[in-house]
Amino acid sequence: MLKLITSLSIAALVSMGIAGGAHASGGAIELKSISWHHGGMFGTYDRASAQRGVQVYREVCAGCHGLGLIAFRTLADLGFSEEEIKAIAAESDYVDGPDGEGEMFERPGKPFDVFPTPFPNENAARASNGGAFPPDLSLIVKARADGDNYLYSLLTGYTDAPADFELPDGMSYNAYFAGHKIAMPSPLSEDAVEYSDGTPATVDQMAQDVTVFLTWAAEPKMEQRKSIGLRVILFLLILAGLFYAVKKKVWSDLH
Amino acid sequence: MSFEPKNSAVKWVEERLPIMGMLHHALYEYPTPKNLSYWWTFGSLAGVMLVVQIVSGIVLAMHYTPHVDLAFESVEHIMRDVNYGWLLRYMHANGASMFFIVVYLHMFRGLYYGSYKAPRELLWWLGLIIFVLMMATAFMGYVLPWGQMSFWGATVITNLFSAIPIVGESIVSWLWGGFSVDNPTLNRFFSLHYLLPFVIVGIVILHIWALHTSGSNNPTGVEIKDKQDSIPFHPYYTVKDLFGLAIFLIIFSAFLFYAPNYMGHPDNYIPANPLVTPAHIVPEWYFLPFYAILRAVPDKLGGVLLMFGAIAVLFALPWLDKSRIRSARFRPIFKQLFWVFGAVCVGLTYMGGQSADGNIAEIHGMVPVMIDGIAQMKDGVPLMEEGVTFAVTNVLVARILTVYYFLHLLVLLPVIGLFEKPRPLPASISEDVLSKTSPVKEADNA
Ligand code: HEC
Ligand code: HEM
Repeated sequence: MLKLITSLSIAALVSMGIAGGAHASGGAIELKSISWHHGGMFGTYDRASAQRGVQVYREVCAGCHGLGLIAFRTLADLGFSEEEIKAIAAESDYVDGPDGEGEMFERPGKPFDVFPTPFPNENAARASNGGAFPPDLSLIVKARADGDNYLYSLLTGYTDAPADFELPDGMSYNAYFAGHKIAMPSPLSEDAVEYSDGTPATVDQMAQDVTVFLTWAAEPKMEQRKSIGLRVILFLLILAGLFYAVKKKVWSDLH
Repeated sequence: MSFEPKNSAVKWVEERLPIMGMLHHALYEYPTPKNLSYWWTFGSLAGVMLVVQIVSGIVLAMHYTPHVDLAFESVEHIMRDVNYGWLLRYMHANGASMFFIVVYLHMFRGLYYGSYKAPRELLWWLGLIIFVLMMATAFMGYVLPWGQMSFWGATVITNLFSAIPIVGESIVSWLWGGFSVDNPTLNRFFSLHYLLPFVIVGIVILHIWALHTSGSNNPTGVEIKDKQDSIPFHPYYTVKDLFGLAIFLIIFSAFLFYAPNYMGHPDNYIPANPLVTPAHIVPEWYFLPFYAILRAVPDKLGGVLLMFGAIAVLFALPWLDKSRIRSARFRPIFKQLFWVFGAVCVGLTYMGGQSADGNIAEIHGMVPVMIDGIAQMKDGVPLMEEGVTFAVTNVLVARILTVYYFLHLLVLLPVIGLFEKPRPLPASISEDVLSKTSPVKEADNA
């Protein structure tokens, strides 16, 4: 048993060593790294931050990006009340129908609706964004390596381009975007929103808040997952101990 | 200890269909070598994982929609709206990875202890067939969520068949059911992904039948000679396997609950888009050694043949290994080479995940300044600049590892079997066990 563990850990170390070595030689830009409230084994989403993030998303990002997998009703997980959810939903109009006459009609959003998508289709989105497509953000944090740190770095990573860097018209320089030429103009600027809880709306603060919100959007069941996981693993540890004792007992009459 | 039912209903059935007796024989009295180590746990773990995949898969299939416009969203519906859907899906996706880890360890156990040798050749073959079917199943399963890697992985892998002369192109469009990976492809992959695990169950039954016919191998590689050498499967190995299972489930749970996307690729959370090719198309980690071999060959057909050949040679292993000694414990040279081979396989896995045109290492120094392939001169001496003097390219490393993979199996194994001088074998399993528990411990480093 001991030998097995040693050889497994040697194998793991060897493969980690190779991977680590290769990582260092690869010239990828290192992301800014934050110790998130939702990180680690016991991490949970920072509700206040996520609620501010909803505000940033709705007032800034929603102009260009959709959030098509997120239903308003699920905002309850972030501590929004039923009234607040109804109010948020009702701010957008949705085409529904057909009614009794066979006509489509517009109605205010309901909690079961999903966040609206700002453009009717991809071509319209491209036409308004210099040919680039602002992706739906529902899963963006899981669709990028080290997604939360990436998103935060991206949003705070707008700088002037180096002198020798050729930046086409309509593009911005971003230290963390692959190739550094991004078609999204820096979306956040000082006091772009006025937080209802009075938190100063610095770029850094807004970037963190919207990242927390979008991390939740990508993985809304994380808290349930971690808490069940803890119980499952504790149970298995006890079970393993019991089996080990039984095994010792059963095998003791041999040799 | 044969099975004698007391319950009259069981007896009634047993007289007509002796199924209870069969199970009793297989799980209870099966005479098992008394010296099996924990390396022998991986077989039953693989069985558990097959059941986990089937059960979680069937429930997933109740909520999943195999249509190009709906598949991605239906998986997200499972993750968000279905009760414990995230658990099912992460269990199934990580379960596939854990299944492969377990099966790879099970196979390397067989390589180390020579479990493929007579009389276990068919047992080994059945195992390899399970492995091939698992790869097909996992490949098609990975297509189902219809993310970018699903789509592009499917496109790259099915395109391999176009390398076959004359009929290649027709085979590919036959596989696709059209002119590209599209809805018909997704539908047939779902159908086959549902079917193949049950075919695997059938082969597993044959695998265990063959096992119980020739008996388990053991760390000495010496067969059971008399009653002293064996113990009944139950309770000795049932309880030992249960302990192993609990430890395994802890590792599985660590991934499932705390790093559920660690073994997946972020691009698969982007819906499939036939118009946008991802920067790097990488298959799931368990295919990487074969992917490395494929890309190591400059010729497409050659690469495909070598990749399939890497699995096909394993079928010939019982005849390639000329040594009559099974266990590496008693084969000093083979034992060293086994670890080299293991490292080469890990290396291939690593290389499969690297980009095909990168360098794994570079030596920097002064190099001549070249313009249009002509060295630039100044005052009669070549102009020098800082640059890469020597690059170990990824392709080169993959090629060396590929050559070694085949060299080990096709050349080294047959040759060392002929001249290697084995260490003396124990007379029997029980003698070996006794020599270890007695105060004078025999040097052993299996
Ligand atoms: C003026 C329109 C606009 C606004 C407002 C906007 N974006 Fe974007 N965004 C874009 C466009 C266009 C792209 C595509 C960029 C490209 O491909 O070069 C993009 C891309 C992105 C990406 C993907 C980057 C990648 O790795 O591919 C993320 C993440 C993102 N935006 C987040 C946000 C967030 C968060 C906000 C709100 C704080 C926001 N955006 C506001 C237009 C916008
Ligand atoms: C040999 C056993 C099996 C293996 C190795 C396997 C492997 C896989 C893999 C790798 C995926 C992709 C996971 C992801 O990233 O989402 C997948 C998805 C899926 N599998 Fe299986 N599977 C097995 C058995 C089954 C069975 C028996 C069913 C029952 C129908 C099933 C149903 C599904 C469904 C519906 C999906 C798509 C949902 C999803 O992506 O999570 N699988 N499978």
